[in-house]
Amino acid sequence: MADKFDVIVVGAGPAGTSCAYTAAKAGLNVLLIERGEYPGSKNVMGGILYRKQLEEIIPEFWKEAPLERPVVEQRFWFLDKESMVTTSYKGLEWGKEPFNNFTVLRAKFDRWFAGKAVEQGALLINETVVTECIVEENRVVGVRTDRPDGDVYADVVVLADGVNSLLGKSLGFHKEWKPDEVALTVMEVLNLPKKTINERFNVSDDQGVSVEIFGDSTQGLLGTAFLYTNKDSLNIGVGTTLSGMIKKKLKPYHLLEYVKEHPMIRPYIEGGETSEYLAHLIPEGGYKSVPRLVGNGVMIVGDAAQFVNAIHREGSNMAMSSGKMAAEAIVRAKELDDFTERTLDSYRKELYNSFIGKDLKKYKDVTHTFEEHPQYFTDYIPMMNKAANSFFTVDGSPKKEKQSRIIKSITEGKGKIAVAKDLYRAWKVMK
Amino acid sequence: MHILVCIKQVPDTKIIKVNPKTNTLDRSSAPAILNPYDAHAVEEAVRLRDIHGGKVTVLSMGPPQARNAIRKCVEIGADEGILISDRRFAGADTLATSYALYKAIEKIQSLEGVDLILCGKHAIDGDTGQTGPGIARRLGIPPLTCVNRVAEVNRVENRIRVHRKVEEGYELIESTLPCLLTVEKEINDVSYSPLPNVIRAARYEPTVWTVDDLDDVDIKQLGLKGSPTIVGKMWPPEKSKGATLLDGDAEKQVKEMVRVLLKERELFVGKGGD
Repeated sequence: MADKFDVIVVGAGPAGTSCAYTAAKAGLNVLLIERGEYPGSKNVMGGILYRKQLEEIIPEFWKEAPLERPVVEQRFWFLDKESMVTTSYKGLEWGKEPFNNFTVLRAKFDRWFAGKAVEQGALLINETVVTECIVEENRVVGVRTDRPDGDVYADVVVLADGVNSLLGKSLGFHKEWKPDEVALTVMEVLNLPKKTINERFNVSDDQGVSVEIFGDSTQGLLGTAFLYTNKDSLNIGVGTTLSGMIKKKLKPYHLLEYVKEHPMIRPYIEGGETSEYLAHLIPEGGYKSVPRLVGNGVMIVGDAAQFVNAIHREGSNMAMSSGKMAAEAIVRAKELDDFTERTLDSYRKELYNSFIGKDLKKYKDVTHTFEEHPQYFTDYIPMMNKAANSFFTVDGSPKKEKQSRIIKSITEGKGKIAVAKDLYRAWKVMK
Repeated sequence: MHILVCIKQVPDTKIIKVNPKTNTLDRSSAPAILNPYDAHAVEEAVRLRDIHGGKVTVLSMGPPQARNAIRKCVEIGADEGILISDRRFAGADTLATSYALYKAIEKIQSLEGVDLILCGKHAIDGDTGQTGPGIARRLGIPPLTCVNRVAEVNRVENRIRVHRKVEEGYELIESTLPCLLTVEKEINDVSYSPLPNVIRAARYEPTVWTVDDLDDVDIKQLGLKGSPTIVGKMWPPEKSKGATLLDGDAEKQVKEMVRVLLKERELFVGKGGD
C-alpha cells in the first residue's frame, strides 16, 4: 500500500520549502519532493534574498543561514555605450540587525532552508521527478513519480515546481507561457578575492552592494543586468523577456558577454574566474498571468504561480510568503477535514489581500507597456546620458543655453506631445 | 542469509578542490556522497538477499553526518544500518579503521551470525583498497578482492564462487562462507530506487554505536593513535600541457612535427650517433 501524507509539496525551492516548513511545524505529515540532487542544485536567481518574508517564517535566520553579505548599498546604473548616469542609496543601518536584504548563493541557501523544514519534521526526498498529479473524481489525491512503485498520496498536493510548472499546465491551470510572460536570465558566478571586491565596491567584509543596470546592458531590450557582491565572488547576469530576445535574434550568452565586456562594467569584474554558469526562465507575466491557484486537493505557489515583481526584482520573498500562506490554508482545511477547492480557496483570498496581490496589481501593466513602447530603454536612457554629458561638460556656453538645448534635444524628432505622452504613460503604469 | 556491507561516506572527488597552500583536500568544497563502489556492494547484497532471503545490514564508521550515506544504502534496499561514531575513532588510517570495523562486526556477530561481508573495491578519496582485506584478516576469513561477478552461492555446502577481475580476464575462485568480497563497479548497475525505499530512507535513523558499545576494544589501536601511516608530502599532479593541433597540408604538418620532435623534444639527442 502506497504511503499517504497530509501534504505533498513538489519542489524544494523557496516556495515549496516555506510551505513544507510551515505545514510540518503545525504538526502535519509532509513529504517534500525535489528533482535535483539536493535542494538548490537546480535553482537560479540573481542573488538577492529579502529579510522580511523569511524572518516571518524563521525569526533571526541571519544568525545561522548561509548568507553572503548584507546589502548596504543599492546602485542603479543607466547605461549608454561609453557612459552612464547613476544613482544609489547607501545606508549603514542596512548592515546591522534587522538588515534589509542579503546576497546569497542559492545552492547553499536552499539546501540549508530545506534542512530547516526537515528539522520541523518534513520528509525530504531528492532526485525524484513528479511526472503527474493523480486525479480521482475531479480531485487531486496524490502524485506519480518517475521511480518504480512511484505513486504516493496526500490530502493536498502543493505545486511549487517552478516557472514552467508542467504539473499546473497538465491540470489545465495555465497554458504554456507566452514568450512575453517569461524572461530569460543568464548569469555567472565570478570568483574574486574578498579584498579586491571590497576595494572595487568600497565596502568592508560584511557589507554588500547590489547594482541594477538598465539601458545598453540589454541593448535596448526590456530587461536589466545586475551585479551583486558575494563574500568572495560576484554574481553578474542579464535578463530580458524571451519575446525581446526572439525579436532581436539575440543569444542570451552573447548578451552576457556583451555586458561583461562593457567598458563601464568590465573594471569591476576584471580578473574574475568563472566558477558557475547558470540560466533560467523567470516568470514575469505579472498579475494578468497568474494562473488558477487552487483546485480540489491542489494549490500552486511561487514561480509556478508567476509570483514575481519584475520592477522590484522580488520573487523569492513572494515565493516564501505564498508557500507559507498555502500551508496555513491547509492547516485550516485539516481542522475542517475538508480539502475541496472551496476551503483551500482561503489561500487565494489571503494572497490577493497581501503585498503579493497588491504589488502585482499595482504593476500589472508595466512590463506589457514597456514591451510595447521600447523607447524608454532605446531612446530615453541614451538621452539621459547625452543630457548629463552636455550639462557637465565645461565648454564655455552659458548654463541657461545648455538647459534649453537639452530640453530641445529631448523633444527633438518626437515632438513635445509625444514626450509628454510617454511621461504620462510611464507615470500611469508605475503609480 | 545475513549480508553485511561496509560503506564509507566520501567527498565527491569529481568536484573537490585542493587547498593550494596546504595541498590538502578542501572538504567543504564538495558534498559528501556514498562511495560509488560501496553503492555497487550494497546493490549486490540486496540482489543476493532477494534471491537467497535473509537481510542486509550496512556498517560505517564516520562522523554523525555519515548517517546520510547509510540512508542512501537504505534507498538502495538495505534493511538496517549501523554507524560507529566517536571522537576516539577520528584520524584513523586503514589499519585503525579496519580494527574499529572489525570490533563492530564482532559485536554484530555476537547478536546474529554474519554469512557474507561485502565492501567496495576502494574508497574514491584514498584509493588504497586496504580496509576490506584488513577486516577479513582480522576476522580470519578469506578476502576475495576485485570481484566483478558472484557466480554461485551454495548455502547448503556453505561456499561461494566469484569472478575476480584480473588484467587479461577473470579468475574463477571458490571460497568457504563466511568470506569478504570487495567489488568492482562492473558487478552490477545500481538501479533507480523504488519510491517506498526512498521514503523509508528519508525517515530512517541508523543505530549509532560509540566505542563504549563495543566489547574488548584496545583504545590504543583506534583513531590517530592507532594509525602508523604518515603523510610525507602531498602535491597535485602536474597538469599536462595539452595537445597542439598542426594545420596546413600534409607535408607542412609532417615537417612541423619532425621539427618539434627533433628540436623541442630533443629526440635522438645524446643517444649515440652524433
